[in-house]
Amino acid sequence: MEIVKYSILKNTYYDSVTLMNISKEIKKNESIKQALVGMGTDLNKELAVNLNLSSPELQEITPNDFFVSVLTDENTAIEDVINQVHGILNRKKSSRSDDYMPKTLDSAIKYEPDSNLVLISLPGEYAAQEAKKALNNNLNVMIFSDNVTIKEEKELKDLAISKGLLMMGPDCGTAIINNVPLAFANVVRKGHIGLVGASGTGLQEITVLIDKLGEGVSQVIGTGGRDLDKEIGGSMMLLGLKALMDDPETHVIVLISKPPHPEVAEKVLKLTENINKPLVVNFIGGDKDMIEKHKAYACISLEDAARKAAALIRNEMVEDFTGFSQPIEEINKIVEAEAGKFVQGQKYFRGFYTGGTLAGEAMNLLGKDFEIYSNIPLSPDFKLENVMVSFKNTCIDFGDDAFTIGKPHPMIDPAARIERLLHDAQDDEVAVVLMDFVLGYGSHKDPAGEMLPAIIEAKKSMKERGKYLSIIGYVCGTDKDPQGLRETENKLKEAGVVLMPSNAQAAKLTGLILNRVSKESGFIE
Amino acid sequence: MNKVNELFNKELKIINMGIESFYTDLKEQKVKVIHVDWRPVAGGNKKLSSLLSKLK
Repeated sequence: MEIVKYSILKNTYYDSVTLMNISKEIKKNESIKQALVGMGTDLNKELAVNLNLSSPELQEITPNDFFVSVLTDENTAIEDVINQVHGILNRKKSSRSDDYMPKTLDSAIKYEPDSNLVLISLPGEYAAQEAKKALNNNLNVMIFSDNVTIKEEKELKDLAISKGLLMMGPDCGTAIINNVPLAFANVVRKGHIGLVGASGTGLQEITVLIDKLGEGVSQVIGTGGRDLDKEIGGSMMLLGLKALMDDPETHVIVLISKPPHPEVAEKVLKLTENINKPLVVNFIGGDKDMIEKHKAYACISLEDAARKAAALIRNEMVEDFTGFSQPIEEINKIVEAEAGKFVQGQKYFRGFYTGGTLAGEAMNLLGKDFEIYSNIPLSPDFKLENVMVSFKNTCIDFGDDAFTIGKPHPMIDPAARIERLLHDAQDDEVAVVLMDFVLGYGSHKDPAGEMLPAIIEAKKSMKERGKYLSIIGYVCGTDKDPQGLRETENKLKEAGVVLMPSNAQAAKLTGLILNRVSKESGFIE
Repeated sequence: MNKVNELFNKELKIINMGIESFYTDLKEQKVKVIHVDWRPVAGGNKKLSSLLSKLK
């Protein structure tokens, strides 16, 4: 008979990423049917109830208490599970055992008085308090955490502006300051293109493509996704833009955001009236005329922004990039080869993304030709009724709250995407799956390797039913990233994934294949 | 020169609070970084924590 066994360790703190990986490790034991290892937050206590792993005593613990709860057989001793948990934690700790780790921000500042930036990824409810302390100590701040209220964000940014400090975030996933990648960022060549962005994966995609084009970046400043909302007024984008305008190492500036509030967009562009450097602006799906009125270069895609910035650095002609890197004949061959293997009835695509902005870009590029259902749809009419169930053409951002509450981001833990791919491979109407693989610091050590068994299984399952599953992929990474770009790409290619050199091209190829299936009109004239 | 441009000319010295892998990533790149072994103030008691922060 299976029973719940648990143990509570009072006053012991570990961060969520470390602990989530441990839950996964513990579940590998054959005798463990379900496991939850975490801090006693309200969210984890609720999760314990939902997983049938709770008890009245567990419900009484505080966020300062650490717990392990498992569903197992009578013969398994909870002490053995705890020992295994400690073994994993000690392995992680051994790499840093000699490092001094102060308990508070104040003592860290006393120990390292010339510190100049604080990176905060604490639970949201504590992040704002610590950020305020940091700013009051004249330190620049990057808040990776979400769940910080917009009121707190406004107060923090006002304080930062009054002191002339950076306050990147909350919910700022990516920055590269002085060539150092912070949180989720790629290893990108040093150069003269400066970026300010309200979108983490948007910044990752543009900086990666700048690197692939042979250019580099001076500074990459993240603002957090709400910076260009009316309430915040673009304060961090304005500060970042001003700093890049004054920075002698920055020769071209790129701004990126979801469509800003019109008044905020006007304010940001107005600041550039006396700019003496070329400006490339990608307000994804935003007002092109307003951008061009201010003599900035508007963009069609993230790749287009990278290419325009690279052209400007090289004093080359600036043109819209709408096509493919490969000759059209080659693209048509791929389209023919993939589409030729489908059978009657296979007609839909599934976009399974870990990067929200990349998912948004794919929908923008494909939305003209196809109706796409999503958890982050282009229009509310196409909101999925149940985000856990795909419908016709579906594009999912697995980084969205619906998938990440109580779990690490899918770039760290791909479990939800693996499950969905295997599930949707049972759908006879699916033809193409479109996926991103984001490399760089912060991300999973081997995002392709982790997905590979599911990719092989999904393709096999379709084949056994006499069908073909086309998988189009894009690896957002540089050859300097810790995961290895070439190794990642080779693994995917060997499993039959068609890889494209940018997210935009992967999305466009998907469109051509689907068009070829539905109307036989997929060839580019 | 404002403080952000001053930062651009300095060596980055980081204090990390929260996800420990961000600290190990930075350390691996030989970036100057210190990790705060943080735990919730007042054992996660929000009311007490807010009172304590006002005392400082």
